[in-house]
Amino acid sequence: MPPTSPSRRHLLASMIAASSGLALSPLLAAAPPAPLLTRPIPSTGDQLPVIGLGSWITFNVGRDPQGRRESVDVMRQFFAGGGRLVDSSPMYGSAQDVIGEAVQTLKPARLFAADKVWVSGGARGVAQVEGSRKLWRVPRFDLLQVHNLLSWEEHLPVLLAMKREGRLRYVGITTSEGRRHTEIEKIMASQPIDFVQISYNALDRDVEQRILPLARERKIGVIVNRPFRQGDLTQALAGKPLPGWAADIGCTTWAQALLKFIVSHPAVTCAIPATSSVAHVRENLLAGTGRMPDEALCKRIAQDVERLA
Amino acid sequence: MSEWWTYSLSDFLMFSSRSYYRLIESYNAAIWPAHLLALVAGVIMIGAIARPRQHLQRSAALVLAAAWCWVAWAYHLERYAEINTAAPYFAAAFAAQALLMGWLAYRPGNAAPAPQPAALGLACLVIFAYPLLALARDGGTWRQAEVFGIAPDPTVIATLGMLLAWRAPAIFWLIPVLWCLVSGATLMELKIGHAWLLPALALTAVVARVMVSKTPRDLNSTANPRS
Repeated sequence: MPPTSPSRRHLLASMIAASSGLALSPLLAAAPPAPLLTRPIPSTGDQLPVIGLGSWITFNVGRDPQGRRESVDVMRQFFAGGGRLVDSSPMYGSAQDVIGEAVQTLKPARLFAADKVWVSGGARGVAQVEGSRKLWRVPRFDLLQVHNLLSWEEHLPVLLAMKREGRLRYVGITTSEGRRHTEIEKIMASQPIDFVQISYNALDRDVEQRILPLARERKIGVIVNRPFRQGDLTQALAGKPLPGWAADIGCTTWAQALLKFIVSHPAVTCAIPATSSVAHVRENLLAGTGRMPDEALCKRIAQDVERLA
Repeated sequence: MSEWWTYSLSDFLMFSSRSYYRLIESYNAAIWPAHLLALVAGVIMIGAIARPRQHLQRSAALVLAAAWCWVAWAYHLERYAEINTAAPYFAAAFAAQALLMGWLAYRPGNAAPAPQPAALGLACLVIFAYPLLALARDGGTWRQAEVFGIAPDPTVIATLGMLLAWRAPAIFWLIPVLWCLVSGATLMELKIGHAWLLPALALTAVVARVMVSKTPRDLNSTANPRS
């Protein structure tokens, strides 16, 4: 299968741009960026790019001016490449404030602001959400999720009420690293949520059995965190040659192959890799373009990753 | 919160090694040349171990009380809290240890009858050699050096050396040993090569303390009136 030319052109342009700073040739500058694939949010049909941006660890840089500049650069590249969904949490230290600084600086036209509530007790949740909103410097959140199901029985009614009042567009729940999946399933089956956020990658595939099918059945969007097992997966695969199938789907790095594996699942709405590197943002966004692996190739990707990682 | 059991150690590591060491670098830059004062304080500490006299012990305890207090405020509260939500709790623990060290200065008890080689070794190692670890780390620079009296880890290890020399009772060891475990776990999650060092030094101090515990003149068993 021939590789898709737009993504390769875009990759070439990105690589040359990265190696030559801002001195892009007119020809390359004029090359049209590959379109970032989108998926409909099941509950509304609104389109969302399949690659989002996480902020766990990477944006928690405190007051460090250099770290903040780098974070703004990462978000600048993300929005320039067509990205929209940025995800954070009160649990992520200074990440919310760093995102807010970037939002204030960049004024992104199509930001999809996804945050979480992470506190015991419903009343404290309201105050926390308002504090988070101020840190983000946004008029309202698009999506609020109950982080790791903490006090979800108290938070979900509050968030759903906010949605009814138009102060919020979507409501969700999150977990990570395969925790509390039985409870996640129960909530997905019984509560009118729009999104579920889970960990899923070529090695951690438990969610394929029940959660992803249930999400399709219940029309719940799926956000995938820890696509690289917090960097362990890409590190384990570093230096291992890409198999022949990688060129067929326009992948030049393992990170792209891992992301394509995730976002090609029909139940997945978007993946949210976190990074502090502008080059990695470019690389991640390219994974949301061009050909996607079919079911058979996904099985092969998983087998190869399991063998090599 | 009943859900705490669902979290693993890695879930509490909320910053990268780059952010961590950049924070230490900016902290060092902000308070330089306080490091020179800290070095003088370190030499007083070594003197107190090498020549166990009560007035030196009292001075060393006051130095340690000031160091723990400083680290609680200037490091944990003012800086580490920017990237670690647990830092205020660490600050409280360090402040409590400062009070304990202040108590030791007020009621120093008996000094050990002779210099303790293990205690002297620990103090010399941490005051003169520990800052060099910054250069041994990949990408590390001397600007990220962790110095006794300024950074928590060398301050804690030097304290363990002094507690060993003074044969201090268990209550004085609790917070320093716990910190060695917490900091060692943090460095391990950050994949820092010398993550083992802090727990290993704490274990060395504890074992040395147990080995000398049978000898007389323990601080807790021979409370000496102020003199």
